[in-house]
Amino acid sequence: MSDHEGMRRRDVLKGIGITSAAVGIATTAAPPVLTEAQAQTPAQEPPHAHPHPPERHADAADIFRYFTPPEAATVTALVDTLIPKDDVGPGGVEAGVPIFIDHELAGAYGRGARMFLNGPFAQGTPQQGYQLPLPPADLYRVGIADLNAWCVKTRDGKRFDQLPVADRAVALKALEAGQAEFAQIPPRAFFNILLQNTMEGYFADPIYGGNRNNAVWAMIGFPGAIGMYEEDIEKYRNKQYVVAPKSIQDLS
Amino acid sequence: MATKLKAADIVIVGLGWTGGILAKELAETGLSIVVLERGKPRDTNPDFAYPHVHDELKYAQRHELMQDVSRETLTFRNNSNETALPMRQLGSFLPGEGVGGAGVHWNGVTWRWLPWDHEPEKMTIARYGKSALPEGMQLQDWGVSYDELEPYYDKFEYLCGVGGKAGNLGGKKIDGGNVFEGARKRDYPNPPMIQTHAGDLFEKAARSLGYHPFPGPSANMTQSYINPDGVAFGSCHYCGYCERFGCEMNAKASAHFTVIPLAAAKKNVEIRTDSRVMKVNLDSSNKRAESVTYLDAAGREFEQPGGMVILAAYALSNVHLMLLSGIGKPYNPTTGTGVVGRNYAYQIGSGANVFFDEKTWMNPFMGAGALAMNIDDFNTGSFDHLKEGFIGGGGISTPSAGGRPIGFRPVPPGTPGWGTDWKRAVVRHYNHTLAVVNQGSVMGYRQNYLDLDPTYRDRYGRPLMRMTFDYQQNEQKQANYLADICVNIGNAMGAERVARRGAPQRYSIVPYQSTHNTGGAVLGTDPTRSALNPFSQTWDVSNVFVTGACSFPQNAGKNPTGPVGALALRAADSIKRYLKNPGPLAPV
Ligand SMILES: Cc1cc2nc3c(=O)[nH]c(=O)nc-3n(C[C@H](O)[C@H](O)[C@H](O)COP(=O)(O)OP(=O)(O)OC[C@H]3O[C@@H](n4cnc5c(N)ncnc54)[C@H](O)[C@@H]3O)c2cc1C
Ligand code: SF4
Repeated sequence: MSDHEGMRRRDVLKGIGITSAAVGIATTAAPPVLTEAQAQTPAQEPPHAHPHPPERHADAADIFRYFTPPEAATVTALVDTLIPKDDVGPGGVEAGVPIFIDHELAGAYGRGARMFLNGPFAQGTPQQGYQLPLPPADLYRVGIADLNAWCVKTRDGKRFDQLPVADRAVALKALEAGQAEFAQIPPRAFFNILLQNTMEGYFADPIYGGNRNNAVWAMIGFPGAIGMYEEDIEKYRNKQYVVAPKSIQDLS
Repeated sequence: MATKLKAADIVIVGLGWTGGILAKELAETGLSIVVLERGKPRDTNPDFAYPHVHDELKYAQRHELMQDVSRETLTFRNNSNETALPMRQLGSFLPGEGVGGAGVHWNGVTWRWLPWDHEPEKMTIARYGKSALPEGMQLQDWGVSYDELEPYYDKFEYLCGVGGKAGNLGGKKIDGGNVFEGARKRDYPNPPMIQTHAGDLFEKAARSLGYHPFPGPSANMTQSYINPDGVAFGSCHYCGYCERFGCEMNAKASAHFTVIPLAAAKKNVEIRTDSRVMKVNLDSSNKRAESVTYLDAAGREFEQPGGMVILAAYALSNVHLMLLSGIGKPYNPTTGTGVVGRNYAYQIGSGANVFFDEKTWMNPFMGAGALAMNIDDFNTGSFDHLKEGFIGGGGISTPSAGGRPIGFRPVPPGTPGWGTDWKRAVVRHYNHTLAVVNQGSVMGYRQNYLDLDPTYRDRYGRPLMRMTFDYQQNEQKQANYLADICVNIGNAMGAERVARRGAPQRYSIVPYQSTHNTGGAVLGTDPTRSALNPFSQTWDVSNVFVTGACSFPQNAGKNPTGPVGALALRAADSIKRYLKNPGPLAPV
């Protein structure tokens, strides 16, 4: 679309009273394709595994682009374990984190656009940082395969997403401690990127698919993209600042 | 084959803070100037427009404005027994790329370094004697004293519209300012910033302990401002999207809207973006630079001849280009000979996280890059550090630079990293926590240096630069000593809990610490210990001048851009003298 067309399109949309919120990336309640309940139910096949597409209630922005259906099920279960839905605030899955991760991996970040991936490759010290030849998208693919193979081997033939909720946390702790046996990569390399991306999706602006409805920001009391405090910094010194958080889209 | 272009009188490599300053100052000579910048053109509008610039993921996590390491990076090891491996993604430091350089996404903390930082060798030996220097430490003076640099510090502060409070006006100490600073001829151009509650708590606590708190010098405008060149600045709205972001208000001093447009408006200045300099070409005697070779966006190779060359490509890239071009003798840590790559240093961090009850509100999202309360009571020149067993010191502060939640989620030690308990702790502490931090000095050491990597090459086929660096005992003692002070300050605030952060065991290239890389092409009066003479001119190739923090023989307990800007302004005056009578400005 040329700039010119873009301008016209926006004008037309404005003219008929549709705001960009209706056409952009969904920030509303539409859940990712895999719902929380589905993710938590042990041994249930993810919806993508069905021959027929699921009911088209979801916005296009909620469709997994990179992960295969079994991978999506694993990541959804992982995110749900890292950030469960509880009395404190939104769960990672309802906040849209699996979709966030998927979309990051489907784009330039996933391909390692800003990484130096020339060889030779060698294992370094922790101080030397990441040294695998894998960009993030590949790291997930290999990591998920290793994780599930390890789970199947050590946990009654069950993949990670097939484990009961309590057992997932135990498995994840082993992964975090580097005690999971992975066939191809160091388990912590996978854990680290998973935790990092999960936190990014949970706390980032909703334009990226996570933090739906700014709910995570509301939970901690972060006003989001607003960033105009010249007057308020003095007025609210040592006082609670209550304001509905706003995303970039809300302010555009 | 490179296309040979028409010669320019002056070729400047890099268009960040120092390249911008040099281009603007030297444009006055009327000589033809070509500036080569590897990155893209950028402007406040549209590149940093609100609200899109308030995007933590894009700018702070994905490094939109920073060096793309898929093209150029470096290798790193802690010591020469290890094999250096590439920095495969950005981490510890975040160099810039594109018009304005890292000065677009800096914080704006604009210090004058303390007089000690300019002449530590002289002052240490005078006070403690030569035997005070630990084994391997290569303490050395700049050959430029604080007093000599003072007029240029002043000029840079007015260029940037720095807000602050003087603590030493012409030798007269002023309460509420930094009483440890060197004497200044006049006050800052703007008043200090509005403090947050965190800053207030720091100030009261520090004062109660007998220290001398003062508001940090800030290039985030505390009111609208017009600098001496007629450039208008907006007023900071404490947006909290400052460090790692461009400023939508032109309220954070940056070369891209100050010196660079002034230079670009001159007929004799030509700026070429997407022009990545590969090396400087010397004549057969290696005594004179004749041209630079660069690649354009399409990868075409050009040779740009010039009467002189100024390296303004950031501390690390400057040293890399010198090593690739054979400007000056590379440093060899085994023999201790050679100068290029010598005395590379960084800073050391420590401090305390301070957790409060739920009735104390920090509102950490209200902040600005350079908003902080500080003390210099334990900085390099301010106290009897040798009595505590080390040389150097650090600046202690409570910054309020913004509390964006991907990066800022303080929880007490012992909190799990995920799960319901983690979430509860984040919610509990997000609005009720502050940090007291030490930014510690690091001296030059024989074993910490930069050279060319024997194995790894960049996308263009050039050897990567290799960084060999680790913390030494002297610095670890310092950081631990200052961490204790930070804890004391935290305790004096009446907090619920104070968590100490001690000295790091080893330097790691992984977590972000600061983009305060120093050394590698240092100033000095002795050509066997410095790559540059006190006029920023290379000893060996007199028509090459070098700017940036690579010039500092050791790192201080303060951010570098104050002296970087001041030195660039001074270099402009030195170059004007050189142009009248080309040749070495200091006897070799
Ligand atoms: C996140 C962050 C926060 C910071 N905060 C502060 C602060 O609060 N206070 C402070 O004092 N300092 C701060 N700094 C440091 C400050 O940004 C630098 O000291 C300053 O920008 C250095 O100026 P320079 O001209 O040397 O380099 P830069 O401003 O980075 O400019 C160098 C330019 O050279 C270009 N270049 C490099 N190699 C080549 C090549 N081969 N060919 C062509 N062009 C090339 C780069 O693309 C870049 O544009 C911060 C830095 C960062 C990253
Ligand atoms: S904090 Fe102030 S100076 Fe920094 S980006 Fe925001 S408005 Fe600009």
